[in-house]
Amino acid sequence: MNTTSRNLQTIVFVLIGIGLIALALGGYLTPLSRIIVNPFVGAQTWISERYQAMVSLLTAPQDVLRLRQRNLELEAEVSRLQAQIIELQQRLSETNILSALVDFARANPENQYQAAAVIARDPSPFLQYVIINRGSDDGLQRGMPVVTQQGLVGRIAAVTAGAARVQMITDPASSVNVRIEPSKAQAVLSGQLSGDIFLEMIPQGASVNAGDLVLTSGLGGGYPPNILIGQVTGIRSRDQDLFQRGTVQPVVDFSNLEIVLVITNFKPIDINPLIPTPGAP
Amino acid sequence: MAILLSLPILGLLLLVQTTIVSRIPLLHGTADLILLALMAWALQKRNKSSWHWAIVGGALVSIASGLPLGIPLLGYGLANGMALVVRRFIWQVPILAMFVVTILGTIITHIVSIVALSLMGVTIPLSQALISITLPSGVLNLLAALPAYAILTDIARWLYPETIQV
Repeated sequence: MNTTSRNLQTIVFVLIGIGLIALALGGYLTPLSRIIVNPFVGAQTWISERYQAMVSLLTAPQDVLRLRQRNLELEAEVSRLQAQIIELQQRLSETNILSALVDFARANPENQYQAAAVIARDPSPFLQYVIINRGSDDGLQRGMPVVTQQGLVGRIAAVTAGAARVQMITDPASSVNVRIEPSKAQAVLSGQLSGDIFLEMIPQGASVNAGDLVLTSGLGGGYPPNILIGQVTGIRSRDQDLFQRGTVQPVVDFSNLEIVLVITNFKPIDINPLIPTPGAP
Repeated sequence: MAILLSLPILGLLLLVQTTIVSRIPLLHGTADLILLALMAWALQKRNKSSWHWAIVGGALVSIASGLPLGIPLLGYGLANGMALVVRRFIWQVPILAMFVVTILGTIITHIVSIVALSLMGVTIPLSQALISITLPSGVLNLLAALPAYAILTDIARWLYPETIQV
């Protein structure tokens, strides 16, 4: 009896189970499941959030440490990249200068050039000298002219094995024989204490105007001819003076010299023995 | 020791002078770090090597500069002598002494340079030299005088520690 009723109960349960599954598959139990499941999901969410919060609380210091470390790494990377950008910009600037110098050298194939970097300036404010990083080891000699792609810088005044001192045309002790174009008038260009350059000994009859070009004449043997120096900006002509005077705007920016070219195949000529001295026969 | 130390210190200053300071002019004047170091060193009480420092500084600048050989030596020598005299008179206020010797030292070295260049035939208009070179150089030297004095005083204290009698 007991066995029969137990079997009957089992069959009833199985049928109820099958019925419930059939109802669930048919979607008839959805409202009921929502009523039961929603509070469960809510509770799950609540517990999960608290758990996550606890985990965050416990693991946060490690994360901050890791983030700080990462931040430092990234800052270091940014600094490195910024330094790289500056270096590349500097290289680009140098390349532009060198490219212009190469163009200049190609345009004047009669000369041989040695490029040099300007590494220092004279410690005395009374002198306009720069020091370049090439010397007698590179074939440089005293008196060799120094130019940039723009024009004349000066000439070498002293040489050591690895460096040379260049007297710029703005130096108060410098004087260059020049020719003014288009009038072809001869004059002498002198440096000043202020770093400006002036034209002296311009013949009174010469027609020189602002805007005329000033080039080396080659007279005196100190510089090769036809190197551009600058443009005449003004002329002072007085009847009582023997010569006219003028101011010149140089084409070279002497305050920002970086790389220069030394004309190595030019040998300056010392004409001093040819200048007659009083008392000499 | 102090004499040996003069070479690296003044050499380093000359390096900074020619590469950086000479490129930062005020009008046409520039600060003279070697002069400042020599003046600050000459004002140190226990120091007895200021003449050696002046010779080393003068020799170094003579090599680097286009000025006639020995002119920086003469200029710094005279400035050093003046600083030693000033130290005797204004010994109680060394900062004031530093300012005084900076101005006088600038004037002395510039006068020596102007005279030497004039003797070589270079035309130097005095008013222009004073206004555009000497005065601005003096101002720049005054600005750098205090840090120069502080650094050289520290070096002097390290080299000549004070002895306390018990």
